[in-house]
Amino acid sequence: MKAIPVQRADVSAHLSAKRSSIAKKEERAFWLFVSPWVIGFILFSGGPIVASLVLSFTNYNVMSLPSFVGLGNFVQLFHDQLFTKSLSVTAYYTLLAVPFDIVVSLLLAVLLNQKVKGQTIFRTIFYAPSIVSGVAISFLWSWLLNPQFGVVNYLLSFIGLGGLQWFNSPTTVIPSFVLMTLTSIGGTIIIFLASLQSLPTDLYEAAEMDGGGRVRQFFSITVPLLSPVILFNVIMGLIGSFQIFTQAYVITQGGPDWNSYFYVYYLFNTAFGQMRLGYASAQAWILFLIIFALTVLSLQLSKRYVHYGDTEGGI
Amino acid sequence: MAGKISLSRRETLSVPGKVLVYVLLGIFTIFFLFPLAWMLTTSLKVLGDVYLMPPKWIPWPMLWKNYVQIFIDQPMLAYLWNSLGYTVYCVVGTAISSSLVAYGFARLRARGRNALFLLVLATMMIPSQVTMIPQFLLFSGAGWMDTYLPLVIPAFAGSAFNIFLLRQFYLGLPRALDEATMIDGGGYFTIFRLIILPLSLPSMATVGILEFMYRWNDLMGPLVYLNTTSKYPLALGLTNFSAAYGATPWNLLMAASIVSVVPLLLIFFLAQKHFIQGIVINASK
Repeated sequence: MKAIPVQRADVSAHLSAKRSSIAKKEERAFWLFVSPWVIGFILFSGGPIVASLVLSFTNYNVMSLPSFVGLGNFVQLFHDQLFTKSLSVTAYYTLLAVPFDIVVSLLLAVLLNQKVKGQTIFRTIFYAPSIVSGVAISFLWSWLLNPQFGVVNYLLSFIGLGGLQWFNSPTTVIPSFVLMTLTSIGGTIIIFLASLQSLPTDLYEAAEMDGGGRVRQFFSITVPLLSPVILFNVIMGLIGSFQIFTQAYVITQGGPDWNSYFYVYYLFNTAFGQMRLGYASAQAWILFLIIFALTVLSLQLSKRYVHYGDTEGGI
Repeated sequence: MAGKISLSRRETLSVPGKVLVYVLLGIFTIFFLFPLAWMLTTSLKVLGDVYLMPPKWIPWPMLWKNYVQIFIDQPMLAYLWNSLGYTVYCVVGTAISSSLVAYGFARLRARGRNALFLLVLATMMIPSQVTMIPQFLLFSGAGWMDTYLPLVIPAFAGSAFNIFLLRQFYLGLPRALDEATMIDGGGYFTIFRLIILPLSLPSMATVGILEFMYRWNDLMGPLVYLNTTSKYPLALGLTNFSAAYGATPWNLLMAASIVSVVPLLLIFFLAQKHFIQGIVINASK
């Protein structure tokens, strides 16, 4: 027993030396493993973010060197009628599309969550159209909603609602884009459905004992319990809506009369149509600030209204 | 979270309730399938029939040669081939890089690791439009315009979302396996290759499928970097379709759209489970 302490000190010194060499080796390995991301960050995101910020204070058209204009681009933006137009068009679309999609997909998820046969099949059917995003679905909808030859107007004519101008009229163009989102809400439905299926059943049983009806249960149990997921979908919806591009590019090209001149579509035209890269960078930074502000706002609101479970505190 | 999906709590649906549920499901089924079905019928029509009012529900004669016509009128084969190559490179690139990086973050201790991971997450907040312009300058400076390099190379840097997804998964794998490999004299890369990768195939499939979808449908990237028609991927090629004729040939356009949709549907049906899991994980973590 007596000799052991000495030996132990020896061993522990040896061990700690070994441990630190292992730690060093582990640290080296860590940097090696994450190096693709680090290099990519420097080249494709971190570096470009700094560059974009710098560019936003310049006029640059590729032909000549960038010239520093200070806050000139930002000042000019706020006097730019197309900027305000594109911003308001996008905000209007977001304001309509996000609540509409959340409400519809939540209701469809509740419907799918009923004990029915073939739930998987229905789930697949509701989800399938949303994998076809982008160009094909844009062409499809511009055909479905064609004012003269579209099948939707034909069907609506039976209830006396035919003759809508859809994408061709300044007043209906944005609602048409919103309607179009219906084919791509499958992902949101699936998220809601999965969350619904993981809700505890005891609360519902208790509510049934107390005689609370289905509608009552939905508003006083389901919605509060799902609120973190609803928030997640709202934030994702906001971010996505503010970046809408493909649909505008394919269907309306900003028309009629600039009424679907979405923000990112304008940005794209400024950058790659007119090659005004400094101005477009300023636009991009404003977009970033808007998205950032909306996200922070949603999270702030969520602190007040979103119900989180006892153990989990995040989305 | 997605783990065990039970057929929920509603044991006690009354008969009229049940009927109502099925009727509603039926209506929405029609609603969700109708646009795609309409795409299909339109694609089989004679151009004149496309404009008939009331519409011809069943195309007759069925013009299967529309599907041949699009390959004659447009470089559809090139579009398809380009899309396929583009997506495959991106899927492979992001799968390799994201899994390596995710392994680093999940398993290896280092100073500054958590701060760096926060940075990874923070990049998800940056809209791609912010980095798009400097990237454009970088890639055009490198002489990469009108090539696929600007579209493919960044995929090899891993994407924040995929790194996050895979890291979450790796955190859940038992460490005993790592230690056993260590004792057998294997290094970190051996652990990664022999233990982590084989176990993570399901989540890799999710990453791959989501990346495939995203790349297959992406319009803006190819629009910025590609000029030559024969280099277009399918998404961009489709936009060329309507512009190439005086008036939009709706039947041909719909046929080409169907062709663009088929690979996605195929993948979807083959990998439905991973697919849906991927979306759910996306929300629940």
